[in-house]
Amino acid sequence: MLKKLKTPLSESDVRALKLGETICLDGIIFTGRDEVHIHALEGFEKGKKPPVEFKGSALFHCGPIMRKVADKWEAVAAGPTTSSRMNSLEPQFIEKFRPGAIIGKGGMSQPTIDAMKKLGCVYLAITGGAAVLAAKGIKSVSGVEWFELGMPEAIWILNAENFGPLTVAIDAHGNSLYSDVNVKVKENEKKARAKLGLG
Amino acid sequence: MVTEGDVANATVELLRKAVVKLPADVEDALRKAYAAETDEVPKMQLKAIVDNIDMAIKGNTPMCQDTGVTIFYATVPRDCKVDVAKGIVDGVRKATKEVPLRPNAVHPITRKNPGDNVGERHPFINWKIHDKDYIEITVMTKGAGSENMSQLAMLTPTQGLKGIKEFVLNAVLRAGSNPCPPTILGVGIGGSSDIAMKLAKEALLRPINERHKDPEIAKLETDLFEAINMLGIGPMGLGGKTTCLGLNIEYAYCHTASLPVGLNVQCWAGRRATVRIRPDGKTAYPTHER
Repeated sequence: MLKKLKTPLSESDVRALKLGETICLDGIIFTGRDEVHIHALEGFEKGKKPPVEFKGSALFHCGPIMRKVADKWEAVAAGPTTSSRMNSLEPQFIEKFRPGAIIGKGGMSQPTIDAMKKLGCVYLAITGGAAVLAAKGIKSVSGVEWFELGMPEAIWILNAENFGPLTVAIDAHGNSLYSDVNVKVKENEKKARAKLGLG
Repeated sequence: MVTEGDVANATVELLRKAVVKLPADVEDALRKAYAAETDEVPKMQLKAIVDNIDMAIKGNTPMCQDTGVTIFYATVPRDCKVDVAKGIVDGVRKATKEVPLRPNAVHPITRKNPGDNVGERHPFINWKIHDKDYIEITVMTKGAGSENMSQLAMLTPTQGLKGIKEFVLNAVLRAGSNPCPPTILGVGIGGSSDIAMKLAKEALLRPINERHKDPEIAKLETDLFEAINMLGIGPMGLGGKTTCLGLNIEYAYCHTASLPVGLNVQCWAGRRATVRIRPDGKTAYPTHER
């Protein structure tokens, strides 16, 4: 059995998570990618609140395929999108809205790692492309906000159960699995270059 | 006599097959990578991938929510009387609802989403004519995470073979965890700026277990493939043995003063499918026979 957490996450939940640990989530998860970051932060500047409460939430970098069956939305496929596209806005987003976890793939850059350490947030990696597996952890869809942004860019309110497996790939103490891998890759690069006859 | 409606229906089925089930060469490479991995974190990533492959087939559901943009390659008989383009466009509209596909196609500046994956020059169709009596349509459903890592280098002839290797290696390093590794890499060498990129994408249409017929090019494919797998970027950039599932090269003669090189990056979900529509309307899907 994987360690399980329930959203909304408390700061102590988040700070207790260890790098490389595998967990799963229960509770509400919000999707939000490029346009949600832009719109939420633009709204903040104008004193407008976003339509959902992001504090302690799990924000999922995901643009799902949803299908309406008898007036009810259901998630067909809901894997992660590339998180690095949100690198420039995520530190501000974490500061203004205080989510407890970001779920995505590929990791995020140093300013986000710093914001996560400072404000208590973790990055949970879910396997990219494994969208049917991810959708299996979504029990129902509670609603949608900002639907006018289009199906991939809207805020989908997902009711998750055993959502995962999720790997703690950036913890709330400034550590990142991606940074660790990069150190090794730098070392391996020398061997790869030698193999190709490059100086 | 084949009609536009036949082409549309074949296109829907083609897209369904493409997004639900991988071609055998890609699926085999992923299962092999899973069996070979020993480290816990990358092993879990590959397990999620192979489990997901099985679940997608079982549920007849797209394996990834990013059903991509639909890039078509249509080859038609000389005396083709059917409006194949209209059939393909209608098929894309229908497949978006029925499969379903995610409505991904937006206006590039206003970002307005029409919701049906159809718009100005979209879907894009590459045309060829052949002397056979059937229509052949191949589709690649290309996700953005990997496509965004694609690159063009206008090298100089003095940079030569070393320059090509340097460019590909550096592009893979820069892409890192972003394109959903283990990736498939398509390299286009020569032509001109546009042709190098076109060849890079077309290289992805060849099964990854088939080497180029020119032994020099085949050696370059193998050398680059082995070197990239020494990097340890691993599945999803979380470290591990398999960074790349396959690397294919296509080339064209170019100007004596230039050396264009294109790289098209494909995520692990190397989705492509082909349909042949015979004059009597019967269809066959050679990429999806298994």
